Amino acid sequence: MTMALDKPRSPRRPAARRSNFELASWLFMRISGIALVVLVLGHLFIMNILDGGVHRINFAFVAGRWADPFWQVWDLAMLWLAQIHGGNGLRTIINDYARKDSTRFWLKMMLYVSMVLILLLGTYVIFTFDPNISAD
Amino acid sequence: MTAATAEQTGTRGTMPPVPEGAVTVTVKVLRYNPETDSEPNWQSFGVPALPTDRVLNLLHYIKWYIDGTMTFRRSCAHGICGSDAMQINGVNRLACKVLVKDLMARKGKQTTITIAPIKGLPVHKDLLVDMEPFMEAFRAVKPFLITYGNEPTRERIQSVADRERFDDTTKCILCACCTTSCPVFWTEGSYFGPAAIVNAHRFIFDSRDEGAQERLDILNDAEGVWRCRTTFNCTDACPRGIQVTKAIQEVKRALLFRR
Repeated sequence: MTMALDKPRSPRRPAARRSNFELASWLFMRISGIALVVLVLGHLFIMNILDGGVHRINFAFVAGRWADPFWQVWDLAMLWLAQIHGGNGLRTIINDYARKDSTRFWLKMMLYVSMVLILLLGTYVIFTFDPNISAD
Repeated sequence: MTAATAEQTGTRGTMPPVPEGAVTVTVKVLRYNPETDSEPNWQSFGVPALPTDRVLNLLHYIKWYIDGTMTFRRSCAHGICGSDAMQINGVNRLACKVLVKDLMARKGKQTTITIAPIKGLPVHKDLLVDMEPFMEAFRAVKPFLITYGNEPTRERIQSVADRERFDDTTKCILCACCTTSCPVFWTEGSYFGPAAIVNAHRFIFDSRDEGAQERLDILNDAEGVWRCRTTFNCTDACPRGIQVTKAIQEVKRALLFRR
């Protein structure tokens, strides 16, 4: 029977920061969640079910889709919403579960760095995709 | 039970006679003595219990007749003062409101009742916890009437509908059952906890009160209502039947739609 959780808690509360960040992040999770249901299910339907599904996907198919600004925006929205939605969810999980301040800090730093890298890389690929790139 | 049982002696002297119809139940208590124990340990007691007994009666029996060092809070013993919140069979309850007949094992098997201190608060001894972190969060939401301007010469009038708006959250007895059942409160932060939000709700939605904005500002913080994960543990735990999770969501909504 471990009682590691039952440590004395901080006796004093820091003054309220008067920021709406937590409200905004809570609201973002709801709105992006609804948007992602449409975006991801639509994406899965197009990629896996419509017109022979996954078997027709090749370089030309992807190049054709990304020639259309609509699908560029769709994929970009999906990338950003999913990455920030998932990252924010992980942030709250880290806040809930990390016991030490230093653990919490470093886990969150790793999370933020990975989020930024993936967002930048994904955005870069969507906008600079070259359909005429040579195969070799 | 035989007459011989009545003549047994515990550390506190002669045992009382066992009443007719009593069965011996095992009461397993998570005990902790800060002077001798490095960490809490389980100890079991055989206690004669009537189905109509409350769990508090079993603790009284242990303290009065078996082991006088058994430490716990209780005051009114009738579910009003909120002193004897504890984890009974894994859920937070008031010991004075749980009847033994509801904890009886089926088909005449041996009944074991486990009792542990409420979780997430530092344990002083046995079932006695330090309530200060809980009370600190309670004080932080300013649980008192805030008004500005001149005081009215007569009482502050309120309509029945306005009174009804926050009726549910006036029932809180500050027993800490809800707050110490909350997984977010168990972690190291300083989340206000359900009880503090319930008591903020009681004033935020009171038409006579003028401090709603300051309270909402306090609860809008990183440790405020947005940490609630709507697990409903608090609503399940509340011995007064307060819809705690609903109250928290109403505070969230007030924050979302305030000007």
